Amino acid sequence: MLIGGILVITRKNPVHSALALIVTLLAQASIYLMLYAPFVAGVQIILYAGGIMVLFLFVIMLVSIDRSMKERQFNSQWVVGIVAATALGGLFIAVYTKGKDIFPEHALPMVENDNTQQIATMLYGQYMFAFEIASLLLLVAIIGAVVMAKKRI
Amino acid sequence: MGQVVQYIQSYLTSSQTPGAAGNMFWVLVYILLVFVGLSVAVIAMNWLERKILAHMQVRLGPMRVGPHGLMQPIADALKLLLKEDIMPAEADGLIFWVAPFIVVLAAFTVFVVVPFGPTHAITDMNIGILFMLGVSSLSVLGIVMAGWASNSHYPLIGALRSSAQMVSYEVAMGLAVVSAILMTSLNAEGTGTLSMIGIVQAQQAQGEWFIFKFFPLGLIAFFIFAVAMVAETNRAPFDLAEAESELTAGFHTEYSGFRWSLFFLAEYSAMIAVSSIAVTLWLGGWLRPFPNMLSGHIWDQVFALFPGITFLLFAAMCFYNTVRMPKHPLFRVQTIGLAGFGVVLGLIGLILFIPVVSTRIQDIFWFSAKVAGFMYLYIWYRGTFPRYRFDQLMRMGWKVLLPLGLGVLILTASVALLQEKIWHP
Repeated sequence: MLIGGILVITRKNPVHSALALIVTLLAQASIYLMLYAPFVAGVQIILYAGGIMVLFLFVIMLVSIDRSMKERQFNSQWVVGIVAATALGGLFIAVYTKGKDIFPEHALPMVENDNTQQIATMLYGQYMFAFEIASLLLLVAIIGAVVMAKKRI
Repeated sequence: MGQVVQYIQSYLTSSQTPGAAGNMFWVLVYILLVFVGLSVAVIAMNWLERKILAHMQVRLGPMRVGPHGLMQPIADALKLLLKEDIMPAEADGLIFWVAPFIVVLAAFTVFVVVPFGPTHAITDMNIGILFMLGVSSLSVLGIVMAGWASNSHYPLIGALRSSAQMVSYEVAMGLAVVSAILMTSLNAEGTGTLSMIGIVQAQQAQGEWFIFKFFPLGLIAFFIFAVAMVAETNRAPFDLAEAESELTAGFHTEYSGFRWSLFFLAEYSAMIAVSSIAVTLWLGGWLRPFPNMLSGHIWDQVFALFPGITFLLFAAMCFYNTVRMPKHPLFRVQTIGLAGFGVVLGLIGLILFIPVVSTRIQDIFWFSAKVAGFMYLYIWYRGTFPRYRFDQLMRMGWKVLLPLGLGVLILTASVALLQEKIWHP
Protein backbone atom coordinates (compact mmCIF):
# COMPACT_ATOMS: atom_id res chain seq x y z
CA MET A 1 0.00 0.00 0.00
CA LEU A 2 2.81 2.35 0.91
CA ILE A 3 4.67 1.56 -2.29
CA GLY A 4 1.54 2.27 -4.27
CA GLY A 5 1.05 5.55 -2.43
CA ILE A 6 4.59 6.69 -3.08
CA LEU A 7 4.29 5.76 -6.73
CA VAL A 8 1.11 7.84 -7.03
CA ILE A 9 2.96 11.05 -6.25
CA THR A 10 6.30 10.32 -7.89
CA ARG A 11 5.24 9.03 -11.31
CA LYS A 12 5.33 11.69 -13.98
CA ASN A 13 2.80 10.00 -16.22
CA PRO A 14 -0.71 10.59 -14.81
CA VAL A 15 -1.93 7.22 -16.06
CA HIS A 16 0.80 5.46 -14.12
CA SER A 17 -0.16 7.50 -11.07
CA ALA A 18 -3.78 6.46 -11.41
CA LEU A 19 -2.81 2.80 -11.71
CA ALA A 20 -0.61 3.09 -8.63
CA LEU A 21 -3.60 4.61 -6.84
CA ILE A 22 -5.63 1.53 -7.78
CA VAL A 23 -2.95 -0.66 -6.24
CA THR A 24 -3.20 1.46 -3.09
CA LEU A 25 -6.97 1.11 -2.96
CA LEU A 26 -6.78 -2.66 -3.42
CA ALA A 27 -4.23 -2.87 -0.63
CA GLN A 28 -6.60 -0.89 1.53
CA ALA A 29 -9.37 -3.38 0.73
CA SER A 30 -7.12 -6.17 1.92
CA ILE A 31 -6.49 -4.28 5.15
CA TYR A 32 -10.26 -4.15 5.65
CA LEU A 33 -10.34 -7.89 5.09
CA MET A 34 -7.69 -8.38 7.75
CA LEU A 35 -9.83 -6.30 10.11
CA TYR A 36 -12.70 -8.79 9.62
CA ALA A 37 -14.74 -6.34 7.58
CA PRO A 38 -15.33 -8.26 4.35
CA PHE A 39 -18.37 -6.24 3.33
CA VAL A 40 -16.47 -2.97 3.45
CA ALA A 41 -13.64 -4.59 1.52
CA GLY A 42 -15.99 -5.78 -1.21
CA VAL A 43 -17.65 -2.39 -1.50
CA GLN A 44 -14.22 -0.77 -1.61
CA ILE A 45 -13.22 -2.93 -4.57
CA ILE A 46 -16.50 -2.39 -6.45
CA LEU A 47 -16.81 1.33 -5.89
CA TYR A 48 -13.28 2.66 -5.84
CA ALA A 49 -11.19 0.24 -7.86
CA GLY A 50 -13.92 -0.85 -10.26
CA GLY A 51 -16.00 2.27 -10.63
CA ILE A 52 -14.43 5.55 -9.68
CA MET A 53 -10.91 4.78 -10.81
CA VAL A 54 -12.14 3.64 -14.21
CA LEU A 55 -13.81 7.01 -14.66
CA PHE A 56 -10.60 8.67 -13.48
CA LEU A 57 -8.55 6.77 -16.04
CA PHE A 58 -11.16 7.58 -18.62
CA VAL A 59 -10.69 11.30 -18.14
CA ILE A 60 -6.92 11.14 -17.85
CA MET A 61 -6.59 9.18 -21.06
CA LEU A 62 -8.63 11.70 -22.99
CA VAL A 63 -6.48 14.57 -21.77
CA SER A 64 -3.22 14.94 -23.62
CA ILE A 65 -0.44 13.69 -21.40
CA ASP A 66 2.39 15.44 -23.19
CA ARG A 67 1.78 18.72 -21.42
CA SER A 68 1.58 17.25 -17.95
CA MET A 69 4.83 15.37 -18.52
CA LYS A 70 6.66 18.66 -18.86
CA GLU A 71 5.14 20.34 -15.83
CA ARG A 72 7.05 20.66 -12.61
CA GLN A 73 5.79 17.95 -10.30
CA PHE A 74 6.57 19.24 -6.83
CA ASN A 75 5.98 22.71 -5.46
CA SER A 76 8.74 23.70 -3.09
CA GLN A 77 6.88 24.15 0.17
CA TRP A 78 9.50 22.22 2.10
CA VAL A 79 8.85 23.82 5.50
CA VAL A 80 5.14 23.07 5.60
CA GLY A 81 5.80 19.56 4.34
CA ILE A 82 8.38 18.80 6.97
CA VAL A 83 6.16 20.15 9.76
CA ALA A 84 3.20 18.06 8.62
CA ALA A 85 5.36 14.96 8.26
CA THR A 86 6.86 15.32 11.73
CA ALA A 87 3.42 15.88 13.25
CA LEU A 88 2.02 12.76 11.61
CA GLY A 89 5.10 10.72 12.46
CA GLY A 90 4.96 11.89 16.05
CA LEU A 91 1.31 10.88 16.24
CA PHE A 92 2.12 7.40 14.90
CA ILE A 93 4.96 6.96 17.39
CA ALA A 94 2.76 8.17 20.25
CA VAL A 95 -0.01 5.74 19.32
CA TYR A 96 2.48 2.91 18.94
CA THR A 97 4.15 3.46 22.29
CA LYS A 98 1.19 4.51 24.41
CA GLY A 99 -1.52 2.74 22.43
CA LYS A 100 -2.06 -0.02 24.95
CA ASP A 101 -4.53 2.06 26.94
CA ILE A 102 -6.47 3.24 23.92
CA PHE A 103 -7.02 -0.05 22.17
CA PRO A 104 -8.70 -3.07 23.77
CA GLU A 105 -6.27 -5.55 25.24
CA HIS A 106 -7.43 -8.74 23.60
CA ALA A 107 -8.33 -9.44 19.98
CA LEU A 108 -11.76 -8.39 18.84
CA PRO A 109 -14.38 -11.14 18.55
CA MET A 110 -14.78 -12.58 15.09
CA VAL A 111 -17.77 -10.84 13.58
CA GLU A 112 -17.06 -12.04 10.08
CA ASN A 113 -20.09 -14.25 9.76
CA ASP A 114 -22.80 -11.68 10.31
CA ASN A 115 -20.73 -8.67 9.37
CA THR A 116 -23.04 -7.63 6.55
CA GLN A 117 -26.16 -7.94 8.70
CA GLN A 118 -24.55 -5.85 11.43
CA ILE A 119 -23.67 -3.11 8.99
CA ALA A 120 -27.25 -3.14 7.74
CA THR A 121 -28.79 -2.88 11.20
CA MET A 122 -26.41 -0.07 12.08
CA LEU A 123 -26.96 1.89 8.87
CA TYR A 124 -30.72 1.54 8.80
CA GLY A 125 -31.25 1.57 12.55
CA GLN A 126 -28.94 3.63 14.67
CA TYR A 127 -27.51 5.87 11.96
CA MET A 128 -30.61 6.11 9.79
CA PHE A 129 -30.74 9.90 9.85
CA ALA A 130 -27.10 10.40 8.91
CA PHE A 131 -27.45 7.84 6.14
CA GLU A 132 -30.46 9.57 4.66
CA ILE A 133 -28.81 12.98 4.89
CA ALA A 134 -25.75 11.62 3.09
CA SER A 135 -27.89 10.18 0.31
CA LEU A 136 -29.71 13.50 -0.02
CA LEU A 137 -26.35 15.23 -0.33
CA LEU A 138 -25.35 12.87 -3.11
CA LEU A 139 -28.64 13.51 -4.87
CA VAL A 140 -28.01 17.24 -4.72
CA ALA A 141 -24.54 16.65 -6.16
CA ILE A 142 -25.97 14.62 -9.04
CA ILE A 143 -28.56 17.28 -9.85
CA GLY A 144 -25.88 19.95 -9.65
CA ALA A 145 -23.67 18.05 -12.08
CA VAL A 146 -26.54 17.65 -14.52
CA VAL A 147 -27.46 21.33 -14.28
CA MET A 148 -23.88 22.40 -14.86
CA ALA A 149 -23.31 20.03 -17.73
CA LYS A 150 -26.50 20.77 -19.59
CA LYS A 151 -26.96 24.22 -21.09
CA ARG A 152 -30.67 23.93 -21.71
CA ILE A 153 -32.83 21.89 -19.36
CA MET B 1 -2.14 -46.39 1.45
CA GLY B 2 -4.96 -47.14 3.85
CA GLN B 3 -4.56 -43.67 5.27
CA VAL B 4 -4.92 -42.13 1.84
CA VAL B 5 -8.11 -44.06 1.18
CA GLN B 6 -9.44 -43.05 4.57
CA TYR B 7 -8.54 -39.45 3.85
CA ILE B 8 -10.41 -39.47 0.58
CA GLN B 9 -13.36 -41.18 2.22
CA SER B 10 -13.46 -38.54 4.93
CA TYR B 11 -13.61 -35.95 2.18
CA LEU B 12 -16.40 -37.74 0.33
CA THR B 13 -18.63 -37.65 3.40
CA SER B 14 -17.88 -34.05 4.32
CA SER B 15 -20.66 -31.51 4.03
CA GLN B 16 -18.49 -28.40 3.79
CA THR B 17 -16.58 -26.69 1.05
CA PRO B 18 -12.85 -27.29 1.34
CA GLY B 19 -12.25 -23.60 1.95
CA ALA B 20 -14.71 -23.49 4.82
CA ALA B 21 -13.22 -26.64 6.30
CA GLY B 22 -9.78 -25.04 6.06
CA ASN B 23 -8.41 -28.04 4.20
CA MET B 24 -5.51 -26.75 2.14
CA PHE B 25 -4.99 -29.96 0.17
CA TRP B 26 -8.52 -30.14 -1.17
CA VAL B 27 -8.53 -26.42 -1.83
CA LEU B 28 -5.53 -26.89 -4.09
CA VAL B 29 -7.13 -29.88 -5.79
CA TYR B 30 -10.28 -27.88 -6.38
CA ILE B 31 -8.41 -24.89 -7.73
CA LEU B 32 -6.61 -27.17 -10.17
CA LEU B 33 -9.85 -28.90 -11.14
CA VAL B 34 -11.63 -25.59 -11.70
CA PHE B 35 -8.72 -24.26 -13.71
CA VAL B 36 -8.50 -27.33 -15.92
CA GLY B 37 -12.27 -27.52 -16.25
CA LEU B 38 -12.46 -23.88 -17.28
CA SER B 39 -9.71 -24.23 -19.84
CA VAL B 40 -11.41 -27.27 -21.33
CA ALA B 41 -14.73 -25.41 -21.33
CA VAL B 42 -13.15 -22.46 -23.12
CA ILE B 43 -11.61 -24.77 -25.72
CA ALA B 44 -14.95 -26.52 -26.17
CA MET B 45 -16.71 -23.17 -26.42
CA ASN B 46 -14.31 -22.07 -29.14
CA TRP B 47 -15.17 -25.10 -31.25
CA LEU B 48 -18.89 -25.04 -30.44
CA GLU B 49 -19.22 -21.35 -31.22
CA ARG B 50 -17.68 -21.72 -34.63
CA LYS B 51 -19.67 -24.85 -35.39
CA ILE B 52 -23.02 -23.54 -34.18
CA LEU B 53 -22.57 -20.15 -35.83
CA ALA B 54 -21.62 -21.89 -39.05
CA HIS B 55 -24.67 -24.12 -38.95
CA MET B 56 -26.88 -21.12 -38.20
CA GLN B 57 -25.52 -19.50 -41.37
CA VAL B 58 -25.83 -22.72 -43.40
CA ARG B 59 -22.07 -23.28 -43.52
CA LEU B 60 -20.07 -26.23 -42.29
CA GLY B 61 -17.56 -24.46 -40.10
CA PRO B 62 -14.20 -26.11 -39.32
CA MET B 63 -14.11 -29.53 -40.97
CA ARG B 64 -10.47 -30.19 -41.81
CA VAL B 65 -8.59 -30.71 -38.55
CA GLY B 66 -9.89 -33.92 -37.07
CA PRO B 67 -13.38 -35.31 -37.61
CA HIS B 68 -15.84 -32.40 -37.85
CA GLY B 69 -13.00 -30.08 -36.92
CA LEU B 70 -12.82 -31.42 -33.37
CA MET B 71 -9.08 -30.77 -33.16
CA GLN B 72 -9.40 -27.24 -34.55
CA PRO B 73 -9.15 -25.43 -31.16
CA ILE B 74 -5.99 -27.35 -30.31
CA ALA B 75 -4.46 -26.42 -33.65
CA ASP B 76 -5.49 -22.81 -33.03
CA ALA B 77 -3.94 -22.80 -29.58
CA LEU B 78 -0.68 -24.17 -30.97
CA LYS B 79 -0.68 -21.55 -33.69
CA LEU B 80 -1.21 -18.78 -31.14
CA LEU B 81 1.59 -20.03 -28.91
CA LEU B 82 4.04 -20.19 -31.80
CA LYS B 83 3.15 -16.77 -33.18
CA GLU B 84 5.53 -13.86 -32.83
CA ASP B 85 4.76 -11.69 -29.86
CA ILE B 86 4.65 -8.14 -31.19
CA MET B 87 4.76 -5.01 -29.09
CA PRO B 88 4.20 -1.67 -30.85
CA ALA B 89 7.25 0.58 -30.73
CA GLU B 90 5.48 3.51 -29.09
CA ALA B 91 3.56 1.33 -26.61
CA ASP B 92 3.84 1.77 -22.87
CA GLY B 93 5.82 -1.38 -22.15
CA LEU B 94 4.91 -2.26 -18.57
CA ILE B 95 1.21 -1.54 -18.86
CA PHE B 96 0.99 -3.27 -22.21
CA TRP B 97 2.62 -6.28 -20.61
CA VAL B 98 0.48 -6.31 -17.46
CA ALA B 99 -2.96 -5.65 -18.97
CA PRO B 100 -3.79 -9.14 -20.31
CA PHE B 101 -2.74 -10.71 -17.03
CA ILE B 102 -5.05 -8.43 -15.07
CA VAL B 103 -7.96 -9.36 -17.31
CA VAL B 104 -7.23 -13.08 -16.95
CA LEU B 105 -6.69 -12.81 -13.20
CA ALA B 106 -9.99 -11.02 -12.71
CA ALA B 107 -11.80 -13.56 -14.86
CA PHE B 108 -10.36 -16.57 -13.06
CA THR B 109 -10.32 -15.30 -9.46
CA VAL B 110 -14.08 -15.00 -9.60
CA PHE B 111 -14.41 -18.78 -9.68
CA VAL B 112 -13.21 -19.02 -6.09
CA VAL B 113 -16.79 -18.60 -4.90
CA VAL B 114 -18.78 -20.19 -7.73
CA PRO B 115 -20.88 -22.93 -6.12
CA PHE B 116 -20.91 -26.02 -8.32
CA GLY B 117 -22.63 -27.80 -5.48
CA PRO B 118 -23.23 -27.50 -1.74
CA THR B 119 -19.77 -28.91 -1.14
CA HIS B 120 -18.28 -28.33 -4.57
CA ALA B 121 -16.92 -24.82 -4.35
CA ILE B 122 -13.41 -23.73 -3.61
CA THR B 123 -14.70 -21.73 -0.70
CA ASP B 124 -17.79 -20.01 0.53
CA MET B 125 -17.49 -16.35 1.43
CA ASN B 126 -20.20 -14.50 3.24
CA ILE B 127 -19.79 -11.70 0.71
CA GLY B 128 -19.67 -14.13 -2.21
CA ILE B 129 -21.81 -12.27 -4.74
CA LEU B 130 -20.21 -8.95 -3.84
CA PHE B 131 -16.79 -10.50 -4.34
CA MET B 132 -17.81 -11.81 -7.74
CA LEU B 133 -19.18 -8.46 -8.93
CA GLY B 134 -16.19 -6.58 -7.52
CA VAL B 135 -13.49 -8.76 -8.98
CA SER B 136 -15.19 -9.03 -12.35
CA SER B 137 -15.46 -5.25 -12.43
CA LEU B 138 -11.67 -5.13 -12.13
CA SER B 139 -11.36 -6.59 -15.61
CA VAL B 140 -12.45 -3.21 -16.99
CA LEU B 141 -9.16 -1.87 -15.70
CA GLY B 142 -7.23 -4.41 -17.72
CA ILE B 143 -9.18 -3.52 -20.84
CA VAL B 144 -8.65 0.20 -20.35
CA MET B 145 -4.95 -0.35 -19.71
CA ALA B 146 -4.61 -2.50 -22.81
CA GLY B 147 -6.37 0.05 -24.96
CA TRP B 148 -4.35 2.95 -23.68
CA ALA B 149 -0.96 1.26 -23.59
CA SER B 150 -1.23 0.18 -27.23
CA ASN B 151 -0.83 3.87 -28.11
CA SER B 152 -3.01 3.59 -31.15
CA HIS B 153 -6.41 4.96 -32.07
CA TYR B 154 -8.59 1.90 -32.55
CA PRO B 155 -7.62 0.26 -29.26
CA LEU B 156 -8.15 3.53 -27.37
CA ILE B 157 -11.62 4.04 -28.82
CA GLY B 158 -12.44 0.40 -28.18
CA ALA B 159 -11.26 0.61 -24.58
CA LEU B 160 -13.21 3.81 -23.93
CA ARG B 161 -16.34 2.30 -25.42
CA SER B 162 -16.01 -0.88 -23.48
CA SER B 163 -15.31 0.83 -20.16
CA ALA B 164 -18.23 3.25 -20.59
CA GLN B 165 -20.44 0.34 -21.46
CA MET B 166 -19.32 -1.84 -18.57
CA VAL B 167 -19.55 0.91 -15.98
CA SER B 168 -23.06 1.88 -17.03
CA TYR B 169 -24.40 -1.65 -17.28
CA GLU B 170 -22.91 -2.56 -13.94
CA VAL B 171 -25.50 -0.29 -12.31
CA ALA B 172 -28.48 -2.09 -13.81
CA MET B 173 -26.82 -5.41 -13.07
CA GLY B 174 -26.29 -4.46 -9.44
CA LEU B 175 -29.93 -3.47 -9.01
CA ALA B 176 -31.12 -6.78 -10.45
CA VAL B 177 -28.75 -8.67 -8.15
CA VAL B 178 -29.95 -6.72 -5.11
CA SER B 179 -33.57 -7.59 -5.83
CA ALA B 180 -32.61 -11.27 -5.95
CA ILE B 181 -30.66 -10.98 -2.71
CA LEU B 182 -33.70 -9.37 -1.13
CA MET B 183 -35.63 -12.54 -1.85
CA THR B 184 -33.17 -14.60 0.19
CA SER B 185 -34.29 -12.77 3.32
CA LEU B 186 -37.78 -14.26 3.23
CA ASN B 187 -37.15 -16.80 5.94
CA ALA B 188 -37.96 -17.20 9.61
CA GLU B 189 -35.08 -15.05 10.84
CA GLY B 190 -35.67 -12.39 8.23
CA THR B 191 -32.01 -12.05 7.33
CA GLY B 192 -30.75 -12.54 3.82
CA THR B 193 -27.34 -13.66 2.67
CA LEU B 194 -24.72 -12.64 0.15
CA SER B 195 -22.98 -16.00 0.09
CA MET B 196 -23.37 -17.87 -3.19
CA ILE B 197 -24.09 -21.17 -1.47
CA GLY B 198 -26.49 -19.45 0.92
CA ILE B 199 -28.45 -17.98 -1.99
CA VAL B 200 -29.02 -21.39 -3.55
CA GLN B 201 -29.91 -22.86 -0.18
CA ALA B 202 -32.45 -20.09 0.30
CA GLN B 203 -34.06 -21.09 -2.98
CA GLN B 204 -34.08 -24.70 -1.82
CA ALA B 205 -35.66 -23.73 1.49
CA GLN B 206 -38.33 -21.60 -0.14
CA GLY B 207 -39.01 -24.36 -2.68
CA GLU B 208 -38.89 -21.92 -5.54
CA TRP B 209 -36.28 -20.66 -7.97
CA PHE B 210 -36.03 -16.90 -7.75
CA ILE B 211 -36.87 -16.52 -11.44
CA PHE B 212 -40.43 -17.63 -10.60
CA LYS B 213 -40.58 -15.80 -7.28
CA PHE B 214 -43.20 -12.99 -7.09
CA PHE B 215 -44.06 -13.55 -10.73
CA PRO B 216 -43.21 -11.54 -12.83
CA LEU B 217 -40.77 -9.60 -10.61
CA GLY B 218 -38.16 -12.34 -10.48
CA LEU B 219 -38.46 -12.85 -14.21
CA ILE B 220 -37.96 -9.14 -14.94
CA ALA B 221 -34.92 -8.97 -12.67
CA PHE B 222 -33.53 -12.02 -14.42
CA PHE B 223 -34.17 -10.40 -17.79
CA ILE B 224 -32.33 -7.24 -16.73
CA PHE B 225 -29.39 -9.31 -15.57
CA ALA B 226 -29.44 -11.43 -18.71
CA VAL B 227 -29.19 -8.31 -20.89
CA ALA B 228 -26.63 -6.59 -18.66
CA MET B 229 -24.40 -9.64 -18.51
CA VAL B 230 -24.11 -9.78 -22.30
CA ALA B 231 -23.12 -6.11 -22.23
CA GLU B 232 -20.70 -6.73 -19.36
CA THR B 233 -18.82 -9.36 -21.30
CA ASN B 234 -18.71 -7.24 -24.50
CA ARG B 235 -20.45 -9.87 -26.54
CA ALA B 236 -22.74 -9.44 -29.53
CA PRO B 237 -25.12 -7.61 -29.83
CA PHE B 238 -23.27 -5.30 -27.43
CA ASP B 239 -19.78 -5.93 -28.82
CA LEU B 240 -19.17 -2.34 -29.85
CA ALA B 241 -15.85 -2.40 -28.07
CA GLU B 242 -14.55 -4.89 -30.61
CA ALA B 243 -16.76 -4.10 -33.56
CA GLU B 244 -14.78 -5.57 -36.45
CA SER B 245 -16.29 -3.33 -39.06
CA GLU B 246 -15.44 -0.12 -37.21
CA LEU B 247 -12.48 -0.77 -34.91
CA THR B 248 -10.75 -3.86 -36.37
CA ALA B 249 -10.61 -5.66 -33.02
CA GLY B 250 -11.09 -2.95 -30.42
CA PHE B 251 -8.86 -2.86 -27.37
CA HIS B 252 -6.76 -5.89 -28.34
CA THR B 253 -5.99 -4.82 -31.90
CA GLU B 254 -2.28 -4.47 -31.19
CA TYR B 255 -1.95 -7.73 -29.31
CA SER B 256 -0.80 -10.92 -30.93
CA GLY B 257 0.11 -14.48 -30.10
CA PHE B 258 0.00 -15.57 -26.51
CA ARG B 259 -1.23 -12.29 -25.07
CA TRP B 260 -4.11 -12.13 -27.48
CA SER B 261 -5.05 -15.66 -26.48
CA LEU B 262 -5.08 -14.50 -22.85
CA PHE B 263 -7.73 -11.92 -23.76
CA PHE B 264 -9.65 -14.63 -25.53
CA LEU B 265 -9.43 -16.92 -22.52
CA ALA B 266 -10.53 -14.10 -20.21
CA GLU B 267 -13.50 -13.23 -22.39
CA TYR B 268 -14.85 -16.74 -22.40
CA SER B 269 -14.21 -17.43 -18.73
CA ALA B 270 -15.89 -14.11 -17.89
CA MET B 271 -18.87 -15.31 -19.90
CA ILE B 272 -18.95 -18.50 -17.88
CA ALA B 273 -18.58 -16.52 -14.66
CA VAL B 274 -21.51 -14.16 -15.27
CA SER B 275 -23.63 -17.07 -16.48
CA SER B 276 -22.90 -18.86 -13.24
CA ILE B 277 -23.97 -15.77 -11.29
CA ALA B 278 -27.25 -15.81 -13.20
CA VAL B 279 -27.68 -19.54 -12.60
CA THR B 280 -26.93 -19.17 -8.91
CA LEU B 281 -29.20 -16.23 -8.30
CA TRP B 282 -32.24 -17.09 -10.39
CA LEU B 283 -32.06 -20.63 -11.72
CA GLY B 284 -31.46 -22.50 -8.51
CA GLY B 285 -27.73 -23.17 -8.89
CA TRP B 286 -27.04 -26.86 -8.49
CA LEU B 287 -30.68 -27.84 -7.77
CA ARG B 288 -32.26 -30.21 -10.26
CA PRO B 289 -35.17 -28.97 -12.36
CA PHE B 290 -38.81 -29.59 -11.34
CA PRO B 291 -38.14 -30.02 -7.62
CA ASN B 292 -41.81 -29.56 -6.71
CA MET B 293 -43.81 -31.01 -9.59
CA LEU B 294 -41.74 -34.17 -9.88
CA SER B 295 -40.72 -34.58 -6.26
CA GLY B 296 -40.18 -37.75 -4.31
CA HIS B 297 -37.59 -40.47 -4.05
CA ILE B 298 -38.34 -42.10 -7.39
CA TRP B 299 -37.95 -38.87 -9.34
CA ASP B 300 -34.72 -38.19 -7.47
CA GLN B 301 -33.45 -41.52 -8.74
CA VAL B 302 -34.59 -40.74 -12.27
CA PHE B 303 -32.90 -37.35 -12.29
CA ALA B 304 -29.73 -38.91 -10.91
CA LEU B 305 -29.50 -40.87 -14.18
CA PHE B 306 -29.26 -37.73 -16.30
CA PRO B 307 -25.48 -37.11 -16.10
CA GLY B 308 -24.75 -40.63 -17.31
CA ILE B 309 -27.39 -40.47 -20.03
CA THR B 310 -25.95 -37.20 -21.33
CA PHE B 311 -22.48 -38.68 -21.71
CA LEU B 312 -23.90 -41.82 -23.31
CA LEU B 313 -25.72 -39.59 -25.81
CA PHE B 314 -22.43 -37.86 -26.64
CA ALA B 315 -20.84 -41.27 -27.09
CA ALA B 316 -23.68 -42.40 -29.31
CA MET B 317 -23.22 -39.29 -31.45
CA CYS B 318 -19.52 -40.12 -31.80
CA PHE B 319 -20.28 -43.69 -32.86
CA TYR B 320 -22.95 -42.56 -35.31
CA ASN B 321 -20.47 -40.24 -36.96
CA THR B 322 -17.77 -42.92 -36.89
CA VAL B 323 -20.04 -45.04 -39.04
CA ARG B 324 -20.68 -42.09 -41.34
CA MET B 325 -16.99 -41.27 -41.82
CA PRO B 326 -15.71 -41.61 -45.39
CA LYS B 327 -14.36 -45.11 -46.02
CA HIS B 328 -11.16 -43.83 -47.57
CA PRO B 329 -7.82 -45.07 -46.18
CA LEU B 330 -6.78 -41.44 -45.57
CA PHE B 331 -9.52 -41.08 -43.00
CA ARG B 332 -8.61 -44.23 -41.07
CA VAL B 333 -6.75 -42.42 -38.26
CA GLN B 334 -9.57 -39.94 -37.81
CA THR B 335 -12.18 -42.70 -37.74
CA ILE B 336 -10.29 -44.65 -35.11
CA GLY B 337 -9.75 -41.47 -33.10
CA LEU B 338 -13.43 -40.60 -33.15
CA ALA B 339 -14.37 -44.12 -32.10
CA GLY B 340 -11.85 -43.92 -29.27
CA PHE B 341 -13.29 -40.58 -28.16
CA GLY B 342 -16.74 -42.15 -28.20
CA VAL B 343 -15.51 -45.05 -26.06
CA VAL B 344 -14.00 -42.65 -23.52
CA LEU B 345 -17.22 -40.62 -23.32
CA GLY B 346 -19.26 -43.81 -22.97
CA LEU B 347 -17.02 -45.05 -20.15
CA ILE B 348 -17.42 -41.72 -18.32
CA GLY B 349 -21.16 -42.08 -18.79
CA LEU B 350 -21.11 -45.60 -17.34
CA ILE B 351 -19.05 -44.45 -14.35
CA LEU B 352 -21.61 -41.74 -13.73
CA PHE B 353 -24.34 -44.41 -13.40
CA ILE B 354 -22.71 -45.76 -10.21
CA PRO B 355 -25.05 -44.52 -7.44
CA VAL B 356 -22.29 -43.21 -5.15
CA VAL B 357 -20.68 -41.22 -7.95
CA SER B 358 -23.94 -39.95 -9.36
CA THR B 359 -25.24 -38.58 -6.06
CA ARG B 360 -21.91 -36.86 -5.52
CA ILE B 361 -21.57 -35.51 -9.05
CA GLN B 362 -25.20 -34.61 -9.80
CA ASP B 363 -25.04 -31.06 -8.49
CA ILE B 364 -22.00 -30.28 -10.64
CA PHE B 365 -23.83 -31.70 -13.64
CA TRP B 366 -26.95 -29.60 -13.19
CA PHE B 367 -24.94 -26.45 -12.58
CA SER B 368 -22.81 -27.02 -15.65
CA ALA B 369 -25.85 -27.89 -17.73
CA LYS B 370 -27.56 -24.63 -16.82
CA VAL B 371 -24.38 -22.65 -17.52
CA ALA B 372 -24.05 -24.50 -20.83
CA GLY B 373 -27.56 -23.35 -21.70
CA PHE B 374 -26.43 -19.77 -21.18
CA MET B 375 -23.36 -20.36 -23.33
CA TYR B 376 -25.63 -21.55 -26.12
CA LEU B 377 -27.72 -18.40 -25.67
CA TYR B 378 -24.58 -16.30 -26.11
CA ILE B 379 -23.80 -18.00 -29.39
CA TRP B 380 -27.42 -17.72 -30.44
CA TYR B 381 -27.42 -13.96 -29.75
CA ARG B 382 -24.30 -13.57 -31.77
CA GLY B 383 -25.78 -15.45 -34.67
CA THR B 384 -29.07 -13.60 -34.76
CA PHE B 385 -28.93 -10.06 -33.36
CA PRO B 386 -27.55 -7.09 -35.28
CA ARG B 387 -25.10 -4.91 -33.40
CA TYR B 388 -26.39 -1.91 -31.48
CA ARG B 389 -25.24 1.62 -32.17
CA PHE B 390 -23.43 3.22 -29.24
CA ASP B 391 -26.10 5.81 -28.40
CA GLN B 392 -28.75 3.08 -28.59
CA LEU B 393 -26.68 1.01 -26.22
CA MET B 394 -26.34 3.84 -23.72
CA ARG B 395 -30.04 4.68 -23.97
CA MET B 396 -30.89 1.05 -23.39
CA GLY B 397 -28.67 0.90 -20.31
CA TRP B 398 -29.60 4.16 -18.63
CA LYS B 399 -33.17 4.79 -19.77
CA VAL B 400 -34.62 1.29 -19.95
CA LEU B 401 -32.72 -1.14 -17.77
CA LEU B 402 -31.90 1.21 -14.91
CA PRO B 403 -35.47 2.47 -14.24
CA LEU B 404 -36.76 -1.05 -14.75
CA GLY B 405 -34.24 -2.33 -12.22
CA LEU B 406 -35.15 0.37 -9.70
CA GLY B 407 -38.86 -0.38 -10.14
CA VAL B 408 -38.34 -4.11 -9.70
CA LEU B 409 -36.25 -3.50 -6.61
CA ILE B 410 -38.88 -1.28 -4.99
CA LEU B 411 -41.71 -3.62 -5.95
CA THR B 412 -39.85 -6.67 -4.67
CA ALA B 413 -39.17 -4.94 -1.38
CA SER B 414 -42.80 -3.89 -0.98
CA VAL B 415 -44.17 -7.31 -1.90
CA ALA B 416 -41.75 -8.98 0.48
CA LEU B 417 -42.79 -6.57 3.25
CA LEU B 418 -46.48 -7.13 2.50
CA GLN B 419 -46.05 -10.86 2.61
CA GLU B 420 -44.28 -10.61 5.92
CA LYS B 421 -46.86 -8.28 7.42
CA ILE B 422 -50.11 -9.75 6.06
CA TRP B 423 -49.63 -13.45 5.55
CA HIS B 424 -47.24 -14.08 8.41
CA PRO B 425 -48.05 -11.50 11.08
